[in-house]
Amino acid sequence: MALGYNIDHKLYQPEGKEVRFTDEVLEKVKKIIARYPEGRQKSALLPVLHIAQEELGGHLSVDVMNYVAQLLNIQPIEVYEVATFYTQYYLEKTGKYVIEVCRTGPCAMCGGEDIADYLERKLNIKTDETTADGLFTLRRVECLGACGYAPVMQINTEFYEFLTQEKIDQTIENLRARANEEKPKDSKWVEKFF
Amino acid sequence: MGRKILLDKVHIPGISTFKVYRDNGGYTTAEKALKTMLPAEITEEVKKSGLRGRGGAGFPTGMKWSFLDTRSNNPRYLVCNADESEPGTFKDRYLIDNIPHLLIEGLIISSFALGANTTFIYVRGEFKPQIGILNRAIREAYENGFLGKNILGTTYSLDIYVQSGAGAYICGEETALLESLEGKRGNPRLKPPFPAVKGLYDCPTVVNNVETLATVVPIISMGGDEYAKIGVGRSTGTKLMSACGHIKNPGVYEIELGLSMEEFLYSNEYCGGIANDKKLKAVIPGGSSVPILPAHLVTLTAQNTSRSISYESLSDGGFQSGSMLGSGGFIVFDEDACIVRNTWNFSRFYHHESCGQCSPCREGTGWLEKVLHRIENGEGRMKDIDLLDSVAKKIEGNTICPLGDAAAWPVNSAIRHFRHEFEFHIEHPDIVKNIKHGSLEKYRTKNTKPRTKNTEITESL
Amino acid sequence: MLKITIDGHSTEVEEGTTILQAARKIGGEIVPPAMCYYSKLKGSGGKCRTCLVKVSKGSEKDPRPMPKLVASCSTPVQDGMEVQNITSPEVLETRKAIVEFLLINHPLDCPVCDQAGECDLQDLSFEHGVDTSRFEEGKREFDQIDIGENIKLHMNRCILCYRCVYTVNQITDGRIHGVLYRGDASEISTFIQNAITNDFSGNVIDVCPVGALTDRSFRFKSRVWFTRPMDAHRDCPKCSGKVTLWMSANDIYRVTARKDEFNEVEEFICNECRFEKKNAEDWIIEGPRTITRTSIISVNHYQKLKQGSIINPVAKKIEKPSE
Repeated sequence: MALGYNIDHKLYQPEGKEVRFTDEVLEKVKKIIARYPEGRQKSALLPVLHIAQEELGGHLSVDVMNYVAQLLNIQPIEVYEVATFYTQYYLEKTGKYVIEVCRTGPCAMCGGEDIADYLERKLNIKTDETTADGLFTLRRVECLGACGYAPVMQINTEFYEFLTQEKIDQTIENLRARANEEKPKDSKWVEKFF
Repeated sequence: MGRKILLDKVHIPGISTFKVYRDNGGYTTAEKALKTMLPAEITEEVKKSGLRGRGGAGFPTGMKWSFLDTRSNNPRYLVCNADESEPGTFKDRYLIDNIPHLLIEGLIISSFALGANTTFIYVRGEFKPQIGILNRAIREAYENGFLGKNILGTTYSLDIYVQSGAGAYICGEETALLESLEGKRGNPRLKPPFPAVKGLYDCPTVVNNVETLATVVPIISMGGDEYAKIGVGRSTGTKLMSACGHIKNPGVYEIELGLSMEEFLYSNEYCGGIANDKKLKAVIPGGSSVPILPAHLVTLTAQNTSRSISYESLSDGGFQSGSMLGSGGFIVFDEDACIVRNTWNFSRFYHHESCGQCSPCREGTGWLEKVLHRIENGEGRMKDIDLLDSVAKKIEGNTICPLGDAAAWPVNSAIRHFRHEFEFHIEHPDIVKNIKHGSLEKYRTKNTKPRTKNTEITESL
Repeated sequence: MLKITIDGHSTEVEEGTTILQAARKIGGEIVPPAMCYYSKLKGSGGKCRTCLVKVSKGSEKDPRPMPKLVASCSTPVQDGMEVQNITSPEVLETRKAIVEFLLINHPLDCPVCDQAGECDLQDLSFEHGVDTSRFEEGKREFDQIDIGENIKLHMNRCILCYRCVYTVNQITDGRIHGVLYRGDASEISTFIQNAITNDFSGNVIDVCPVGALTDRSFRFKSRVWFTRPMDAHRDCPKCSGKVTLWMSANDIYRVTARKDEFNEVEEFICNECRFEKKNAEDWIIEGPRTITRTSIISVNHYQKLKQGSIINPVAKKIEKPSE
């Protein structure tokens, strides 16, 4: 997409290829836009950014955000404003599995801090870093709304509750074993939008 | 055994599917409402029921509905607030997980009452499994003629859409939620105008919590007067309490308002007492925003009368010796919990979640967190305690939305009731630096009830 | 018409008027300060909270006082409303707190800031601030950036009033800067390096209440109080061409829109007038500009003006206040 201005930003890495949804996904995006009244297509921004993140590389690059702006017929800055406001949009490259450990009150009281520390040691990365094999990104996030099942973490769409070190060992092992499998299509969250 | 009217059927296997829900009497209330009642009659029943908003503010739902601008020619909207993000609260998630059709049925009745033909359920972005569950329930409702054009052969048509948030606590505030729904940053709007006059797309809008809208079903089923008999005084009906922290049985419980704190906290039917047979230190009864209650004010009020779970009893004594029912997020601290660390934790949360629009909250929440962090790490000074109290008081009441108050109250109340812990931190930096907090080993609850989970749905995701 | 009384002064206003507008109609000391509200920008206001006032009587119909202080810029007047601004200790105490909040992350670099002398935050601090800070933590810091060749963005000084965002939204086509991130990490930015090139973009400098957006062509050229404001106009195809020139001898140091007593521009001007016409021959000079602000900072001293007094820096030098 021709931008016509100088791009120089720490987060900007040109995709080097055309950014585009498949026709199938595009159909879904159009259906979402059709939910809202005429001229209110901007309402579709949050859902479409979720889809873009899942379909177009796991994070929102500048090219992807510009593409979404074009789809919804809004200014790119309107997309940047929203993408930087919400914590679930990743602006930098992430691993295949994003591990988000809850660190707020009830979870922290029940061992959430230990869980995050343990994951740092186990994966040999710091919080907000990605493992060298590109599999895991570790984040500490605020309340996931599962306080009664503390400590909890979320990996992509799945919740893992009442965590212990053994449960984590097992989970990580399972994910590693499945790392090379193509994601089954119906497990994609996008599918569940309808 | 308290009366259950929301969760009375959750034990039935497969109740999250349309078929089982319908076979067990589901959607008969929607049929009754659409076929035999006028919208104004439904609103009247809700008014009579005395139902108060279950999201935290406790505003009478019937009154909120009656504010809806019906003179306007614009379409009207109902928006269901499922942006459940208050630390300590996970009741809406439980309800959606287990009995999603109750919410859909409540939405159909409420939308009909309000004259809304489009309804959005705004779900927080983290609740992806719940978004799947809701979408499936909505699809089933369409397939069975409870949604779409001319529902059940009447002239009434309704579409329900699930909209996903993307990680922002502030979007639980109703006007921030509407901004987010319009595809913008979650900045709360100035009020007035209220959403009932100018809400979504500048049209008249009602925003209600998940539990509130689900409760409309039993209210219409049994009648507002009958519902008002449940509970105590102005706290009518039942309430979902989400209990967590250092208790034996964390989970979601439906209680009749007026249940004693003693029973809720210690009986095996509910929390089951403090985990690992420790002693109680404090309770936050209504989600992280409400003031903390020290042990001696949990089961008794300052007047030595029994404290119960109701809007009035929990706020007995004002903020000096009381708290609030809030969203029903019941967080329990045992004798080993560190109040300073927890207060810092919550301050960090509010600092992280402040939208940054108005200055007291944007600047004040960060200031609170920084000072608390210093104290917690053994670098505090005595004057910091009064500073914290003063900064929190300057935020309170001066912001656009209630997030400022929510950030201030935990700090004020922690200092009010646990000043000695702050002083200890400042006097003994060497000790506090070496305390191991929230250790997994120490707090693993030994006899946790397995969580009821709808395996069928979860697997299909 | 609705009757409203503010600090004992009454006036009548039309329905839909806000308390702040009514106060401005009365004028003088009772006008609450406003850092984010801008009467020319639709939707502005409510954010800085410096204009909070106490409503001691809601209206004739419902005389109950309002439970909290309200933002006067966005609260509509009700008939019979009674408002306390400077007569309420609670309001003044709160205003002091707001100034403190606005300053904790502000770099306080007035000595090297081009806005000094005409800065709303400086005025506000003089009138409502205290001379020490209770904030001992690290301040947030951003890099300075150029938004195009004309405008400097000094984010450290920004108080996030959103005025510049409303301005480009409402008087230009196609906004390329906005508010990114959230909480106290919020920043005004274009996200990816980008130049605001619109014909009217320079107005963001005039609406900025602090030194966050400044004119690059005027950067470090002079302190504002050393230049003489002169009203001037030219025949401009894009805007009204009515400006204030800030001159020293015959040199034009900078061009701004004309501002009223509340420091709001009278008419937005185009970039050509603002940045490209720096020769005296380009303009028809009308005469010295009368600055009718309620306060002014001059060389080494600050003076609060009495109600209705007018400063003309050219005609009459401000007298030093008697010690």
